[in-house]
Amino acid sequence: MNEHNHIVKSYDNEQQALLDELIRMGQMSVAQLEAALDVVERRDDKAAERVIANDEAIDALEQQVNHDVIRLIRRGPMAGDLRVILAALRVASDIERIGDLAANIAKRSMALNLSPPLPHTRGLDALGRMAARQVRDVLEAYVNRDGEAALRVRASDAELDTLYTGLFRELLTYMMEDARAITPCTHLLFMAKNLERIGDHATNIAENVWFLIHGEELMPPRDKRDDSSTTVV
Amino acid sequence: MNDAHLAVASVRDASLPLPPPVKIAARDLNFWYDKFHAVKHINLEVPEKRVTALIGPSGCGKSTLLRVFNRIYALYPKLEAKGEVLLDGENILDPKYPMNRLRSKVGMVFQKPVPFPMTIFENVAYGIRHHEKLSKAEMDVRVEQALRQAALWDEVKDKLKTSGLGLSGGQQQRLCIARAVALKPDVLLLDEPTSALDPISTSRIEQLVEELKQEFTIMIVTHNMQQAARVSDYTAFMYLGDLIEHGATEQIFSNPSKQQTEDYITGRFG
Repeated sequence: MNEHNHIVKSYDNEQQALLDELIRMGQMSVAQLEAALDVVERRDDKAAERVIANDEAIDALEQQVNHDVIRLIRRGPMAGDLRVILAALRVASDIERIGDLAANIAKRSMALNLSPPLPHTRGLDALGRMAARQVRDVLEAYVNRDGEAALRVRASDAELDTLYTGLFRELLTYMMEDARAITPCTHLLFMAKNLERIGDHATNIAENVWFLIHGEELMPPRDKRDDSSTTVV
Repeated sequence: MNDAHLAVASVRDASLPLPPPVKIAARDLNFWYDKFHAVKHINLEVPEKRVTALIGPSGCGKSTLLRVFNRIYALYPKLEAKGEVLLDGENILDPKYPMNRLRSKVGMVFQKPVPFPMTIFENVAYGIRHHEKLSKAEMDVRVEQALRQAALWDEVKDKLKTSGLGLSGGQQQRLCIARAVALKPDVLLLDEPTSALDPISTSRIEQLVEELKQEFTIMIVTHNMQQAARVSDYTAFMYLGDLIEHGATEQIFSNPSKQQTEDYITGRFG
């Protein structure tokens, strides 16, 4: 962000440590999300348990981020440094939520495995891959301080919403056709909702990237296409 | 078709507070210490009854600028100011502008408190006697008022006849502020008023600045970035005699528009 180093060198080191932790958190959340989607596909309870257990590592990193933020604030940061800290705090909390939602998908996959396989997890997989791409792209925008890339991530959340609304309708139809599908489809619905929420967290991160670079919260208005809150069949 | 609403849009939003009027304005102000050009082509507007902080690395000209605002330099030879400093629209650099008037309109407090070697009461009364003839009773009222404004009254009311030099550093600084406000100036210039004080005394002075701005236009030079961010409404950043950036304190310390400002306030050069 600023090519000049601080006169107090330890400030640069501490700030870099904070950013490294965030990058690690981000990479872990993407890995968790991909692993969660994989265990749904493979119906692997053991692997699901591992995903659930791994979430603790992301939580621990968030604690470390909070700790480092407090240490940096004690130094009295200003301007761009202040924004780095505020953005880091907010991005860390979004990443932590992404980790939780991924773990929840793994957890629900175990409930799903108690029922016979459904043919309709494909839509979920597409939604999941798209959410994972959103998270990867926005983290890349954060690392590269690329506001335009962040804007693109934010704009493409609308596609994720469209996909989610489609899946929502589809699952409702299955449930109407066959009451035995209600339990697994409800779990699938929650999993889909988790993925849609992950997209929202990616959008939050995108807005923080913008704030970090430009020092303002204002962004162009966003297209919203999640109609599931008002959908009836 | 009624176009009245369009006309309203061009007028400023009535719900917004009016910007404060300008109290002091520097116009293409330059200053030389003999051949050294210390302040270069400064244009700066200082809003009335607000706190404006001057920040910048040592030797950037901020203290010099403050001193030009009350023409202290006129006491020394080989110093020269060019340009204008308008106080309420009148150029104080004009030799015809009476020094007495300037001294009563612009008060100054320095880095190190320098009480006169006299009683606490006399420290405050001394300056008033130079400008006004007051009865004993009137003078008592004025001194008490000034000491109260400087948040010192409660601590010294029982020892007004003792020496001002017996006070603590923080109290001495507030005594100097009392001495300055006793003349009922419009403008208070504070040149690093807390750099020689402990944190508690510093907080007292900062609280005082917040109260004093109800009545005075305040300019404060400080090396403490957090202090500038805490106490001021506007901040001006100077570097090597140039005014680099001037704006609302909130904007300067969260999102400055110039790279040099950003580098200075984040501790990247000095």
